[in-house]
Amino acid sequence: MRHTTTVVVGAGHSGLAMSRHLAARSIDHVVLERGGVAHSWRTQRWDSLRLLTPNWMTRLPGFVYRGDDPEGHLGAPEVARLIEDYAAESAAPVLTGTSVTALSADTGGYTVRTDRGTWRARSVVAATGLTVPVRPALPVPTDVVTVHAADYRNPGRLPTGGVLVVGASASGVQIAEELRRSGRDVTLAVGEHVRMPRTYRGRDILWWMDASGLLDVPYDAVEDLARVRNLPSMQLVGGRRTLDLNALTALGVRLTGRLVGIQAGRAQFSGSLPNVCALADLKLGRLLDTIDDWADRAGIVAEPAQRYAPTAVPTPALTARLGAGAIESIVWATGMRADLSWLEADVVDRRGRAVHDGGVTASPGLYLMGLPFLRRRRSTLIDGAGADAHDLAEHLAGHLHTAVRRAS
Amino acid sequence: MTTALVDNGVNVEALLGAREAFADAPEIAQFQWRSTVSWVGGTHSRGEVQTFHGFGDEQTHRSRFAFDIDHPLQFAAQDNGITPVEYVLVALGGCLTAGIAAVAQQRGIQLRSVQASVSAEMDLHGILGADPDVRNGFSSVRVDYRIDADATPAEIEALVAQSQKRSAVYDILTNPTAVTVTVS
Repeated sequence: MRHTTTVVVGAGHSGLAMSRHLAARSIDHVVLERGGVAHSWRTQRWDSLRLLTPNWMTRLPGFVYRGDDPEGHLGAPEVARLIEDYAAESAAPVLTGTSVTALSADTGGYTVRTDRGTWRARSVVAATGLTVPVRPALPVPTDVVTVHAADYRNPGRLPTGGVLVVGASASGVQIAEELRRSGRDVTLAVGEHVRMPRTYRGRDILWWMDASGLLDVPYDAVEDLARVRNLPSMQLVGGRRTLDLNALTALGVRLTGRLVGIQAGRAQFSGSLPNVCALADLKLGRLLDTIDDWADRAGIVAEPAQRYAPTAVPTPALTARLGAGAIESIVWATGMRADLSWLEADVVDRRGRAVHDGGVTASPGLYLMGLPFLRRRRSTLIDGAGADAHDLAEHLAGHLHTAVRRAS
Repeated sequence: MTTALVDNGVNVEALLGAREAFADAPEIAQFQWRSTVSWVGGTHSRGEVQTFHGFGDEQTHRSRFAFDIDHPLQFAAQDNGITPVEYVLVALGGCLTAGIAAVAQQRGIQLRSVQASVSAEMDLHGILGADPDVRNGFSSVRVDYRIDADATPAEIEALVAQSQKRSAVYDILTNPTAVTVTVS
């Protein structure tokens, strides 16, 4: 049994940002990592993926981008390298190849069981990120190849026939685009989505969201927190171009409603495509109104305001045949969730989702990081880890302090 | 726009309270809706609705509601009531309109008038079995709203979109549902 004050689980950007803040407070800790540093950036990203955020936004505690391409977007291997360099620069106490299997709380702290021994700690930070592919349980015919976006690499690994991409978040629109450009017949099943232009009034949309404070909206100021935490990622692609549904339609991607069933070898799609597109168009309009209002008040000099054409909604097919000569493969771009199976039941709800108040759980000294909208809109991005780690390290330090006082 | 002065006759607090109660006791959110339909004669039936199950208990409407269902004279029927497919239109319009009132109340938007025109296209070759490629049901459904409210056109569009997002009947019509019919 080994002892430390705080165990951080996961050596990605969140866990390392927390490590940096703990070190700054001289809180003794260890970062346990199932693989290597930035493991999922090496193992769960497709070849062409680039960060949605521009380089200047790749900020971590004590780290800012100093390269010569601030508007560029890093590829996955470059992100992995950056996080690795960050771990080395921080001299983070990372223990790689160590998977946490169970956590139990008792008076005075936590017992953290791993596949390489047991740790005792007074506090624990779960910074595992989103690593478990979510896919709907549907009876896909056996001759149809399926792959989740986390395991997808490039078009060459899929059959040459038609492809159904399920989900129109960032991953879904990007994968649909590259599969279409590879010459395949592509159907994109579209549920609720978040439409975004890459640039607006001459600047990156994320510049506007960052500068106007939209990314700093705190979790306790949001009317429907469950809704925003479950929003799919913004329809963005790393680079200079906008990749919305209209751009995909122009490329020849066929849009359908959400995939709702598979029956007798046919995929069934919802008839709600017009409404999910209307919802996304209206939501984008409100975002641009907010940005324009802020630009006026802040006196920002920029290109004139503009509005985008509504999403062109085709008369969608309600079913499509799966199998040889039709849709021969399915890409699940249906999201990822955190693996919290090692946590005790009292901090997860009946559906296995973490219950927390801005990352603070009901179990004193147990914290969560790296979840969407954890403490602010920015929490979803690498750029949000710093502020979240700052806040939670402060709370954690307070917990250690009161726990000591109570004991003495 | 102030919420306090808005009254669309919807008790939003009660609805939100129910959502909170469901968080503590998810099983009480399980509802069952019921109707009995009795043949009267010809294509005329009478549907009745009185009870349902929900909030963890048996529930009952204020009274027993009855509905005549028939087909028009043009179908050589007696036209004692509207057709089953027209009940679907009524259900969709009623569901979306209730949703609009509730969402408007929550968003502090005073409604003055709301009118939905609901229409559906159907090719009778389907139900007559005359063309196997034609489905029995609607080939499309359209709902057109005329809404007078203290809100911008974009806010009104957002009300209508949000109502669709939360509508049971819209979901029933746009997504597949397992249906089992037995004889006892």
